[in-house]
Amino acid sequence: MKMLKFVFKNALRHKLRAFLTVIGIAIAVLAFGLLRTVVTAWNAGVEASAADRLVTRQAVSFIFPLPYAYKDQISQIEGVEKVSFLNWFGGTYIDKNQFFARMAVDAETIFDVYPEFVMDPGQKATFLKERNSAVIGASLAKQYKLKIGDVMPIEGDIYPGKWEFVVRGIYQPRDKTVDASQMFFHWNYLNERMRTDMPERAGDVGWYSIKIKDPSRSAEISSKVDGLFKNSRAETKTETERAFQQSFLAGTSSILTALDIMSFVIIGIIMLVLGNTMIMSARERTREYAVLKTIGYSGRHLMMFIAGEAMVIAFLGAGLGLLLLMPSVAGFEAAMPKGWFPVFNIANSTFIMAGSAALVVGLLSALFPLRRALKTSIVEGLRFVG
Amino acid sequence: MATAISVQNLTKSYKRDKMEVPVLNNVSIDVEEGEFLALMGPSGSGKTTLLNIIAGIDTPTQGRVMVAGTDIAGLSETALAKWRARHVGFIFQFYNLIPVLTAFENVELPLLLTDLSKAERKTQVETALKLVGLGDRMHHSPKQLSGGQEQRVAIARAIATDPDILVADEPTGDLDRTSAEEILTLLERLNKEFGKTIVMVTHDPHAANRARIVRHLEKGDLMEESKFMQGAV
Repeated sequence: MKMLKFVFKNALRHKLRAFLTVIGIAIAVLAFGLLRTVVTAWNAGVEASAADRLVTRQAVSFIFPLPYAYKDQISQIEGVEKVSFLNWFGGTYIDKNQFFARMAVDAETIFDVYPEFVMDPGQKATFLKERNSAVIGASLAKQYKLKIGDVMPIEGDIYPGKWEFVVRGIYQPRDKTVDASQMFFHWNYLNERMRTDMPERAGDVGWYSIKIKDPSRSAEISSKVDGLFKNSRAETKTETERAFQQSFLAGTSSILTALDIMSFVIIGIIMLVLGNTMIMSARERTREYAVLKTIGYSGRHLMMFIAGEAMVIAFLGAGLGLLLLMPSVAGFEAAMPKGWFPVFNIANSTFIMAGSAALVVGLLSALFPLRRALKTSIVEGLRFVG
Repeated sequence: MATAISVQNLTKSYKRDKMEVPVLNNVSIDVEEGEFLALMGPSGSGKTTLLNIIAGIDTPTQGRVMVAGTDIAGLSETALAKWRARHVGFIFQFYNLIPVLTAFENVELPLLLTDLSKAERKTQVETALKLVGLGDRMHHSPKQLSGGQEQRVAIARAIATDPDILVADEPTGDLDRTSAEEILTLLERLNKEFGKTIVMVTHDPHAANRARIVRHLEKGDLMEESKFMQGAV
């Protein structure tokens, strides 16, 4: 502890060099944090998946519908707690750039199967009563300044025509990993219009979301569901919600891998920046290390001084980088088209990774100069002319 | 009077590109406690090597080196570091102060290795700095001090732990005449008033004259003892 002052003074000895190194590390940590945040946001759907939910979709492709009649049959399977369904609606709200998920849902069951969408009981009751009502996420309400009673006109594309929904509920996300930018309305409302306008599409739902009692039985229940509809006109594919979400990311996995690799390449860059500074500093101080050894300081002390100095710089850089990361992430989110990343938060794991990286980088960058300081004899060190 | 330093049949050679280069040849010397010894000789005569071995910062190739009652040739590097911290104070030609530390902090450096409390360290540092006449320069950084003052801080650092032996390698080699005189007077005072055993390497006969014993080295051999009376050179 009494030598800490010495470590700090040494770390900031060459103020410009220390400043530039700290800035270099801060920028690298900032880039690392941004990349990790994008990767995390990309995976947000997967990470937010519930272990006790299965998704049943059309076996050929997700874009083909399933019959509404499957709901009761699935509900009969032992181990199934609740069955709900959703249907991608699409459409245009205001203009085509305003993207967010709009879905026709089974209003009676949706909030039982998705408890992470927290609803006010009064609003929920009103929503259930009115056929053309809708529930929107809190961030969506904030983004479009929507409040209870407002009408949302939507121009249909998958389901052509003009649609109007009255906002009767605003759900809150249970935690920050939950997407609060979705819109849900009654599937019955959609189905009634389909019956009159496009009867061949009536009675179709997009996919089923099944809440099960025991997550460890997910494989068994999935097989049972798919077994029910084998050889029917709409065979099903049932999988865990996580696997379902991952299937959406399959096409972008190479981009994610590239981002992952880049984020770790950045750690390597930080190490080179700091390593270079430490090597220069230690070389310049060869004589001082010899003097310290002469006075009685041991290899352990030198290790503490050199590693401590590297740590001070690494943590100053990492701290500054993380400090800048928060406004940068907010700015990045604001600059992106709305709805690209419904959940865009700095994950705790990003902070932990950046902190750990600073620790590891600090230690590793100290290795070479430390080895040199220890290997150089006192006599050689005292003769050193830097 | 007890023997502070006893060097017996000391040989030192270095390897340069697989060649053995002899530096000290079968050197034997005893220095009594409270003695002030000057080692003189031309460059390459081995005087600094002998000083370094006595101080425990270099190791002999052969021979026995007893300093302050310890056979230092047999000590490990860690043990030697501890031993140096306790028994030896160093004064270098180029002062070798740590530039980011103040005079006070430089003098405090060896004391950080002891169990002394902060208050005790403060007292000892202040005492040492006052003794070398820098009581009013404690919080100056080395670059705010003159060469002579820097060397006095280095002497304060060397005596802060109250070591048994002071070793000085050309302590006046980088100083003007006036500053050199001040430093030599200070060393003399440390020897006479405080009974410190001092071994000093110097080229300067004027500096050597302040020592009580002067020994000459020539090509690694220690010449016959010559005693000088103060002011004889």
